[in-house]
Amino acid sequence: MTGLEKAMALGGHFTYFITIFLMIAGLFIVIARGNLIKKLVGLGIFQTSVYLLYIAPAKLVGGTAPILSDAFTVYSNPLPHVLILTAIVVGVATLALGLALVVRIREAYDSIEEDEILDLDAAAQPGVQEP
Amino acid sequence: MRNDLVLRVIAKLLIPFILLFALYVQFHGDFGPGGGFQAGVILAVAVIFYALIYGHVDARKVVPEPLVESMMALGVLIYAGVGVAGLLLGGNYLDYFVLDPNPVQGQHRGIFWVEVGVATTVSGVMLKVFYMFARRGGGDE
Amino acid sequence: MVLMVVTVWVIARSRNLFGVVILSGIYSFLMATVLVAMDAVDVAMTEASVGAGISTVLFLGALYLCKGEEARPMHKPWLPLGVSIAVGGLLVYGTLGLPEFSDPNAPIHQHVVPRYLNEMKKEVDVPNVVTAVLASYRGYDTLGETTVVFTAGAGVIALLRRRRKNRKP
Repeated sequence: MTGLEKAMALGGHFTYFITIFLMIAGLFIVIARGNLIKKLVGLGIFQTSVYLLYIAPAKLVGGTAPILSDAFTVYSNPLPHVLILTAIVVGVATLALGLALVVRIREAYDSIEEDEILDLDAAAQPGVQEP
Repeated sequence: MRNDLVLRVIAKLLIPFILLFALYVQFHGDFGPGGGFQAGVILAVAVIFYALIYGHVDARKVVPEPLVESMMALGVLIYAGVGVAGLLLGGNYLDYFVLDPNPVQGQHRGIFWVEVGVATTVSGVMLKVFYMFARRGGGDE
Repeated sequence: MVLMVVTVWVIARSRNLFGVVILSGIYSFLMATVLVAMDAVDVAMTEASVGAGISTVLFLGALYLCKGEEARPMHKPWLPLGVSIAVGGLLVYGTLGLPEFSDPNAPIHQHVVPRYLNEMKKEVDVPNVVTAVLASYRGYDTLGETTVVFTAGAGVIALLRRRRKNRKP
């Protein structure tokens, strides 16, 4: 392939690179930050990056939104749209449950920092120390 | 919030349009973007908007909790009911084309009722979750 | 899309939780805009209403109930950073094998979708393909999804229900 074609190929993958960056950023926030609410935000970022991962290959340049009409002949692929629609709604359902859990944890431990909660747990059970 | 005149007036102006938009999105889901989920969420957002401006006690008087809880379950029942209707009329579960002598019209009817069920459940759940959070935090003012 | 990257960077670094929640709402809006650019109008509307609307409202509600700021991190996050970058590297290696952006011959466009698009007029006659597939061709999945939403609502009720005043919640 000539240099220009290689550059175009890489440019075509630009969406994938952005998706991957969002994915690792979300993953990083979930595992590296101790605050529970921030972890949930990171999880949401991870989920949206997965939506992008599915929708990006579905688009056809020159196509249009998948609503049948006599004026257009080329449509973008509607199947990933269906899957992602379900995924978004399920994501918000789990988010609601997660936030309810965080509220209860806050009332039980009076803190939403992961380190403090683990310390409080270890202190409350003197026989079962975490290594 | 309840003393702010501008917010109250604007809320009174906007909420009917938001409700109308939710109904539009619901019923035009066949012809444009939209459908049950979006409509349900926009409906819940309209009531949440009212609750944010006027206080969740007032909102609970307008849309009482038993109504919201029954909406949650009713939507799933409507959806499953459409499936059972398909069974009773001779086809498989969730078959739409037996619902009507003209199969294409049967599809239309099936899709319509299914979307109504989905919107009811989604708006009920979102609203109920908001009510739970609001009640937990403020008590009764 | 670059704006989304910037937003996420600020979210990761910021410690004020209220700002993080607002930024996540902005991020959802940007995502919805990108989705419209990708011709996914139904998905964009759902992401905008659900992600930027309900998610932000729920986060703010939870934040009001658990007041606090994020504490200073105890140790430098080198290991998670290394793990994330390693996973990212693996993913980049994986995407090099993916088909080109907007390639009409990619396998995703081959098997079932031409049947949906071509048979739709005769079988279902609903112009919005996404709604037709969601409610008719894949209606059973949507039933499962509605049940998931209902279960989440029931779960929240079970978690946050307040007993009568004589028992400590």
